[in-house]
Amino acid sequence: MPKLKVDGVEIEVPQGATVLQACELAGKEIPRFCYHERLAIAGNCRMCLVEVKPGPPKPQASCALPAADNQEIFTMTPMVKKAREGVMEFLLINHPLDCPICDQGGECDLQDQSIAYGKGHSRYDENKRAVTEKYMGPVVKTVMTRCIQCTRCIRFMDQVAGVEDLGAIGRGEDMEITSYLEHALGSELSGNVIDLCPVGALTSKPYTFEARPWELRKVPAIDVTDGVGTNIRLDVRGRDVMRALPRINEDVNEEWAHDKTRYVVDGLTRGRLDRPWLRENSKLRQATWEEAFAKIAEIAAEAKDSVAAVAGDLVDVETMYAAKQLLAALGSTLIEGRQTGLAYDASNLAAVNFNTTIAGIETADAILLVGTNPRWEASLVNTRIRKAVLAGAKVFAIGPEVDLTYKVQWLGDDLSLLHKLPKDATDAFKDAQRPAVIVGGAAIKTPAGQAASLALVKTLDLIRDGWNGFNVLHTVAARTGGLMLGYAQDGGMASLAQKAPKLLFLLGADEADLAPFAKSFKVYLGHHGDKGAHAADVILPGAAYSEKHGIHVNLEGRVQYSEKAVDAPGDAREDWSILRALSDVLGQRLPFDSFGELRARLFADHPEFAEPGLVPFVWAPPKIDAPKIGKGTEVAYPIKDFYLTNPIARASATLQRCSAELLHGQDFAEAAE
Amino acid sequence: MAAKRLPDTPEIRERWGSFAWTKDNAAEARKVVDRYPPGRQQSAVIPLLDLAQRQIGAETNTQGWLPIPVIEYVAAFLDMPKIRAYEVATFYTMFNLVPVGRHHVQVCGTTPCMLRGSDDVLAACYVRGMKKGHTTGDGLFTLTEVECLGVCANAPMVQINDENYEDLTFDSMTAILDALAAGQAPKPGPQVERQTSAPEGGPTTLQAMVKENHDYRGEW
Repeated sequence: MPKLKVDGVEIEVPQGATVLQACELAGKEIPRFCYHERLAIAGNCRMCLVEVKPGPPKPQASCALPAADNQEIFTMTPMVKKAREGVMEFLLINHPLDCPICDQGGECDLQDQSIAYGKGHSRYDENKRAVTEKYMGPVVKTVMTRCIQCTRCIRFMDQVAGVEDLGAIGRGEDMEITSYLEHALGSELSGNVIDLCPVGALTSKPYTFEARPWELRKVPAIDVTDGVGTNIRLDVRGRDVMRALPRINEDVNEEWAHDKTRYVVDGLTRGRLDRPWLRENSKLRQATWEEAFAKIAEIAAEAKDSVAAVAGDLVDVETMYAAKQLLAALGSTLIEGRQTGLAYDASNLAAVNFNTTIAGIETADAILLVGTNPRWEASLVNTRIRKAVLAGAKVFAIGPEVDLTYKVQWLGDDLSLLHKLPKDATDAFKDAQRPAVIVGGAAIKTPAGQAASLALVKTLDLIRDGWNGFNVLHTVAARTGGLMLGYAQDGGMASLAQKAPKLLFLLGADEADLAPFAKSFKVYLGHHGDKGAHAADVILPGAAYSEKHGIHVNLEGRVQYSEKAVDAPGDAREDWSILRALSDVLGQRLPFDSFGELRARLFADHPEFAEPGLVPFVWAPPKIDAPKIGKGTEVAYPIKDFYLTNPIARASATLQRCSAELLHGQDFAEAAE
Repeated sequence: MAAKRLPDTPEIRERWGSFAWTKDNAAEARKVVDRYPPGRQQSAVIPLLDLAQRQIGAETNTQGWLPIPVIEYVAAFLDMPKIRAYEVATFYTMFNLVPVGRHHVQVCGTTPCMLRGSDDVLAACYVRGMKKGHTTGDGLFTLTEVECLGVCANAPMVQINDENYEDLTFDSMTAILDALAAGQAPKPGPQVERQTSAPEGGPTTLQAMVKENHDYRGEW
């Protein structure tokens, strides 16, 4: 623990800290471009110069200098001021003065720092260097003349994303950042380079010239495109969500977000359900709320308690709670959330939870992936696993081989391997201090698979002091919250179909196979005209995740609150209020008149939702009687197309293009510029 | 000056897509890779790119160049991302990213050579029909003006292929080019009466040492 003085104030910093970090701990602001907490140190922008004693009589780059005992650091001396002005002047030699037409304007590190640390005037009459634009795919727009070559983007792709597509070619003044031969970046995390870029060289392609940062209202929300629960900020202008950016949450997403999180927002304005629809003579027609409710009341009177509800992937806890209460009032408990037909035993939530936690998995030293492709199912869990691998963890996987961006020993795609793991794997787990198993939906599809996965807890000794290495990786945002509310029937969707409900509520359920429910009267409550709405007899237009307050529980059981950013379009209403109004028509008035009352009820019934943070599930795995897994049981990953997993994404032009270009090899490169 | 690069075209893929080491070069490549610890084989990228360039040179009877499929071949051989090999190939000016002629004439134009008459050397090249950055029509010469090659004591100088020719004048440069064009191998090194970078016309100090060993200690 070195002790040193920063501007005369003595502080103690952790071993291995840099001088820059020491200055930050002392409360001093050090300007920087290339340095980033989550990336390797490059030391090439030279903006973080400080004066250090003892040392050579010249300013030193603080980001790359280890803090040492008895150092004296000066951050405000004339020498430092002059050095910063000089560096800034060099950086601006070739930087164009196009801030008024630059998308980064107003949130640009170079702009801010040249105001704070620059000279305030220019001495250059010479021509500036110009660099041609580079094609980097559907989400990253480039204006490479603005690049100051901090190499943050290269380091991000190399170290975090694990897809080495970016590089610096040429040398000296001719150095240029480019993707290899200007191919599109092949990473689902490529949007993060836009945030990392300290200038306007890499900007968001769909957001080009859309808005200025100072026009935007910033609303903290939770992402619903996968089970991770990425903390995001929705930037809103007027009625539109202009963009989604990650917020920092060390326990969940650090400061990253994958491209689906970022670009799903442009689906929020397309394909929306903005008025009720009613099916007449097998054709949908526009209707009023009264007509729609009257029709449902008519059916409900016949159906009595033969009512069921299926929750979709994006719904919040409040909607599911309100629907559950409504069904209870009608005398039914037929609620299910695992719409793709999974039917695992959810009687103990810890047994179907990501127990190691997202942040915890990066400390694991042996990991077995069973029937899961974390890169697509939970990209930000994958980056954590990658971190663990870089720290020396060994990863084994059962499933079809895919590129997970790190070294994996593939054991084969036969699920029966669970009964007898190869010696390599068992040896690695025997030596492991923090072993972890991550089980995907593909593995717990059958009771046999779930039983065999749970058996690993014993055979691989996964539960130790302060460590639970058994994890189930859910792929959708509503899953854990739904399971906590009881949205899980024994037997799943199949048993629901067997009960043949006369009235079926689809709460934004678009992935379910509705063929077995052909005879049910289907009410779709949701926000996009997708598969569920196509099959529905009555459509009630609801609110998307950006249009309502909501509680979401992520795959590790973390309760997070999302805030409402904009109003739902047209006649659409917040889901809970629709259910409340409908309950009145059905003669079973739900006991809450406002969102506050709903939450109060919810918290009274389920106190675990009342506080944000991890819900402590008690480990008590169910005993599952199941035969052994048959030899040659193949594993198939649940996600077939990363970019189009939910109705909002399917409506998004950007994500459609991502899917076509990055996954299906369609060529957009020439059409783009 | 930015190094010119050829784009990734179907024609180049067609021509060079099937590039593979010759038997000798495969052995040489293995030898180079074995110099580095296991898992650090990427360190061999510079020697291997050079080897590939020479192989192409031998194949095409030129000084060789590195088409993109060949860079990718080397990257795959060393199990490294393509962009990393491409970065290396574009960084070093010794790697040609466009085809060059039979002889690659690299004239130093940096200050010491310029002051000592590199303009005359260039003029000798121009007389033969060469143009900076271009290959002559007969494919014999490619002319490039380069930055300092570290032979300032023998300025002006030129590097042709793997040899340096030093202390040039218009006439001696013309003679060298003539000899190369005629298929001869001119004498590399200083083109005046001079041993490496020693003084012209014999030593100016320690002259007693020229013929025999001489003990200067008594004269101090």
